[in-house]
Amino acid sequence: MDGDDPLKDKKKLRRAAVGDLPVNPVAGGGLLHRRLFLKSGAALGSAAALGVTGTFAFAAYGEESALEPPGEIPPMPPATPPWMKTPGGPLTNYGQPSPHEKEVIRWITSNQSSPGNGVSWTPLQDLEGAMTPNGLHFERHHNGVPAIIPEQHRLLIHGLVARPLTFTVDDLLRYPMMSRLCFVECGGNSNAGWNPRPLQARAGHLHGLASCSEWSGVPLSVLLDEAGIDRVQAKWLYAEGADAAAVGASIPVAKAFDDAFVALYQNGERLRPENGYPMRLLIPGWEGVTNIKWLRRLKVVAEPMMSRDETSKYTELVPDGTARQFTFVMDAKSLITAPSPGKKMQGPGLYQITGLAWSGRGRIARVEVSADGGASWAEAELQEPVLPHCFTRFRIPWDWQGAPAVLQSRAIDETGYVQPTRETLVAARGTHGYFHYNAIVSWRVSDEGKVSHVYG
Amino acid sequence: MSTDKNVWVGAFVLVAVGIFLVRGAGRIPETTPLRGPGLGHQVSLETAAAWDISIPPDGHNLPQGRGTVAAGEKLYLARCIDCHGKRGRGLSAEELVGGVGGLTGDYPEKTVGSYWPYATTLFDYIRRAMPQDAPLSLTSDEIYALCAYLLFLNGVIAEADEMNAATLAAVEMPNREGFVRINHMAR
Repeated sequence: MDGDDPLKDKKKLRRAAVGDLPVNPVAGGGLLHRRLFLKSGAALGSAAALGVTGTFAFAAYGEESALEPPGEIPPMPPATPPWMKTPGGPLTNYGQPSPHEKEVIRWITSNQSSPGNGVSWTPLQDLEGAMTPNGLHFERHHNGVPAIIPEQHRLLIHGLVARPLTFTVDDLLRYPMMSRLCFVECGGNSNAGWNPRPLQARAGHLHGLASCSEWSGVPLSVLLDEAGIDRVQAKWLYAEGADAAAVGASIPVAKAFDDAFVALYQNGERLRPENGYPMRLLIPGWEGVTNIKWLRRLKVVAEPMMSRDETSKYTELVPDGTARQFTFVMDAKSLITAPSPGKKMQGPGLYQITGLAWSGRGRIARVEVSADGGASWAEAELQEPVLPHCFTRFRIPWDWQGAPAVLQSRAIDETGYVQPTRETLVAARGTHGYFHYNAIVSWRVSDEGKVSHVYG
Repeated sequence: MSTDKNVWVGAFVLVAVGIFLVRGAGRIPETTPLRGPGLGHQVSLETAAAWDISIPPDGHNLPQGRGTVAAGEKLYLARCIDCHGKRGRGLSAEELVGGVGGLTGDYPEKTVGSYWPYATTLFDYIRRAMPQDAPLSLTSDEIYALCAYLLFLNGVIAEADEMNAATLAAVEMPNREGFVRINHMAR
């Protein structure tokens, strides 16, 4: 039986994939219908009617550094490997990734003279699905990760309230909880795109200041109501963290009452120190800096505080010399995570193009993929569930014939917003905005199967 | 069957009204559906004020104290120059001085003088975040002095000007009108 499984026999796989596909591509460069290889529903029926049988399978992308040349079939391991003949390792209190996955890590860029001021990038190119493992969630710290003792931490709510209140961590753990699956994205994510020439780096090193988790915590509205917020005067909340830069941001109260919350848990466990332990703000769909980590204070005010990180930074200079301020919403973005730079094609054949799309405006409505640099587009399949302000995984089959190709994806969200081309974005904003770069990403696949970053 | 249907219609109406209440017109809803156990601990206004290190543009939370350009220069040479460079022109940290009037150029520099809209932000930020190896360590006089020195280097105030709660809040920054609010909720 094993011999009939094309996934276990590369020779057969290649033969099946290289052969003339009996299905017409739906767009240029060999893009196939997104549902061609789904196992259920009408799509399979139509594929079967077209003559596609079970002999097709996807080829895997190889690491560019892989020792094994493409096409080489690795020798079969022993029928009964050593780990079947001796007891395995003991139980563990907290699991760790396999040592064989030790290269799937956050990539760090920080200021040499102050190592706590920098970022670490989620390796989006190495992950599947929509959720980010907690240890790989991106970081942006302005002056390091504070070593907060939870018993010594308080959240203060004051300003335009009837009674200033403090809450301990244990207090908040007794409040009604809510959970949201949503992305957090740094306002400066993808900003290498403003460069006049495309930087060569892995997908996550260019776009990985975005991650997605299930966050659980207490709705802000409950806490603001308990303090007796002045519904007439209150217009903004100034939120401040307990880190060594006391990073702060002003947030409109309307958003606070809409869907913002104080998160205590990330993917089911208490927040990691680098993600705001013991509590942080979660402002779904809004730029990362408003999601204040290590939250210690909320001041209810009538006007924004105009702190450094909402004036000097996180504002976008445009060509007329003015700057866009309070550009909170992260506009729709998508990128292909495989194939992507550093992942080499293993010869012509059938591949799955996959990637992530998200929008701060709500749900992703559609993702379109092009294999000919934007000349033609095909709709990708969206992985359910498709949730507002959440990473959405997309996939589409691709019959790569070995010719050079330029792969692109573009996201359209439920408001009708279409992810712009780089040309359109630069025409509207210039190149000195630094933040909020969300243009279509282009990966060029050479005839040798190498993938590089280009401007489409 | 009809009872079930009515329940569903009722639930739908409730949800729709809820969505309208929460999202309607970007204002705070009159009531919020959830209520907590009321565990918040009331604190005095004095306690809250002691925690409040933020300075708004009108300067109302600025502390007592004063500082001169000369005192600021002395402190800058001791505590700031290693990262921010000579006269604020940048090293491992970016430049703080220069670029005034150059925001439409090919290489705009977003410095305190060219970009920051409020001088109060300088006090707020230096106090909470600088120097990076010892934030919240400077006295109010020292912070006023650093504000004076940086504003002087940027040509915003004169060398003889002293910075204090009143004079700092009164400083008109060159790029005061340079920002356009984008978000619909940010009225």
